[in-house]
Amino acid sequence: MTKSTKTPKLSRRGFIKAGAAAAGAAAGSGAITGFPTIWAQEIKDIELRHVGVSYSVVKAIGDQAAKDLGFKVTMQNLDTSASINRFITQPNTVDICDLEGWQAKLAAKRGVIQGIEAKRIKQFDNFLPIFTKGELDGSQIANQGISPYAALYLEKKDSTELHDGVADWLTNVPQVYNADSIGYRPDLVDHPVTEWKDLIDPKYKGKAAILDVPAIGIMDAALCMESAGLIDYGDKGNMTREEIDKTIDILIDLKKSGHFRATWTTFDQSVQLMAAGEVIIQSMWSPAVAAVRTKEIPCIYAPVNKKNGKEGYRGWCNGMGLMNHLEGKKLDAAYEYINWYLEGWQGAFVSRYGYYSPVPSTAKNYMSDTEWAYWYEGKPAPEAISDPYGVPMEPAGTVRDGGSFVERVTNISCWNTLMDEAAYMNKRWNDFKVA
Amino acid sequence: MKLNRNAVGWLNVSPLLAVMVPFFIVPIIVVFIASIMQTDGFGGMFWDPSLENYSYIFKSDLTYRLYFETVKFAVLTLVFSAFIGFWVAHFLVFHVRSKLLAMGLFLVCTVPFWTSNIIRMISWIPLLGKEGLINRALIAMGAIQEPLEFLLYSDFAVVVAYVHQLTIFMIVPIFNSMARIDKRVVEAAVDAGASKFDIMRYIIVPMSKSGIALGAIFVVSIVMGDFFVVKVMSGGGTASVVGAFYEDIGVLQYPSAAASAIILTILVMLMVAAILRIVDIRKEITQ
Repeated sequence: MTKSTKTPKLSRRGFIKAGAAAAGAAAGSGAITGFPTIWAQEIKDIELRHVGVSYSVVKAIGDQAAKDLGFKVTMQNLDTSASINRFITQPNTVDICDLEGWQAKLAAKRGVIQGIEAKRIKQFDNFLPIFTKGELDGSQIANQGISPYAALYLEKKDSTELHDGVADWLTNVPQVYNADSIGYRPDLVDHPVTEWKDLIDPKYKGKAAILDVPAIGIMDAALCMESAGLIDYGDKGNMTREEIDKTIDILIDLKKSGHFRATWTTFDQSVQLMAAGEVIIQSMWSPAVAAVRTKEIPCIYAPVNKKNGKEGYRGWCNGMGLMNHLEGKKLDAAYEYINWYLEGWQGAFVSRYGYYSPVPSTAKNYMSDTEWAYWYEGKPAPEAISDPYGVPMEPAGTVRDGGSFVERVTNISCWNTLMDEAAYMNKRWNDFKVA
Repeated sequence: MKLNRNAVGWLNVSPLLAVMVPFFIVPIIVVFIASIMQTDGFGGMFWDPSLENYSYIFKSDLTYRLYFETVKFAVLTLVFSAFIGFWVAHFLVFHVRSKLLAMGLFLVCTVPFWTSNIIRMISWIPLLGKEGLINRALIAMGAIQEPLEFLLYSDFAVVVAYVHQLTIFMIVPIFNSMARIDKRVVEAAVDAGASKFDIMRYIIVPMSKSGIALGAIFVVSIVMGDFFVVKVMSGGGTASVVGAFYEDIGVLQYPSAAASAIILTILVMLMVAAILRIVDIRKEITQ
């Protein structure tokens, strides 16, 4: 495995200790003399529970954080809906909650999280402006659905409503994000796929699959309908009842005609459907496409760049929120933990999955030039590429599907969300399921 | 010290009450209260009691289609698992002469159940898939040209997985009730000139009824309360009652999910009551 070839100038341990001491001092605990030792003694007993979905809350990252920071970190995985339910109904069993934008909105509303002070996030100024200002390289990032920027700010530490525009407090600190599209078998689909409408093309009857998580499955479906010119949406991220009805009715017709071989809910199911030859085209996540390819089955992640106001990726972003009950040393430790995430080790780790770091400038320090060229710059890999655990993934010369980071991210056209009509949409989605 | 009859009675039921009250009665009451509350759409619930959640469920076609699907799976699973379970138990009790061997074979029946439900279900996928073992074998033999798609991600696959998972719940009680049939009764019937069919009809089936009923209770209540097998084996091609309200919980619609849960609980209790009505298990067992 091409481990990070560059060592950071300051040793991690020293860096963190200095940071911890500074944070401790900031907390105003008085005794300055010999503080770092006392701190080191006391943090040993601290345990942070970081809870969220498996692709964002990763044990290997937690282990590394615990090693670098000197306190205990426990990673717990739940699926998206179980996570938000736990944050809301049992907030005291969680310390760091992993939130998508829409979950951050809900968690703030329910008062289970506390505002994060932007000033205490050391890399905050190095964050990509996608998150802090809603733009990248001068182009506005899509605001259909709930974008990470829209769900980032709170006016005060204990505000329960999101703040429109920049403020001093954050609902969460973004840590990993990506742009989802379609995966397909280039050997069985006769042309390069660049538009969502191919997913509902009758040519692929019985060989297509769609994501069965209602909240985001409906957005993938909407991208297809919009692409095929069947429906015009006001906002795909917040549909009206009529838009939901039209979308579901078309899905039901497709299902009745035998278009969908299956639907999938988990990462593994999508890999298995494609690898076992059950489907040749389906909505899919980037690392799942990579996982199919490691089985030596050709699979391409479709670059669905925006054109004529259609197409585009569905973006998602997970960030870390601080639960309301955190205080004192534990709160300081949580800030240290968040700061650690942004120092680059974790950014490099998730990048090797095909996801992105919100602070690529630090992730770069932990990536080899080869990895940087492949994952971020969209250039042919100068050497072979391995996954985060060192398993070879791509031979030298491969170019990442969808191109460079900037190309992909600026082509996001909607973000994961929770619609106002979510309850109604869920019922209609089940109509599709039983049809 | 002598306790009066009443106190002895209460002492006798106290272990059952100690389990039922905290683990069944109280949660059901909590769920019921949730089901008549209202939601603000963001996971918050407020007290404004009404039966609106229930009337909404009863007015929706979706409810009836979901129940139709779920009851369909329950009935199909019941029929197949009862059939297979009955004959397996019959073989063990009446055809295996050595008691020790019968017991041994009975234990062998439980071996597959040492692994997790999920593994047993998922292992059907490589067998039934488009490029699975069965399709490949049939194509290689020339029996079919195109893979049979109904094998996986279909109602068929769901029933296969359920029957595989739940037949043991039939075998055990049927084996138990059959083992208690006095063999001399069967011999007497043979001596009196009864045909095999008559023996089955007048002796074995009636005397195994309690076992079949017990097995049916397990199978019906498990299938009615499951959503995972349907989700995976149908490839998301169909939905289930529990799956639908699990998704309600996913978007924090607690009151409507609670109302669905109460309705399902009542329905399952009615189904169990119907089974008990047909077969008086208490009478059969104490005979």
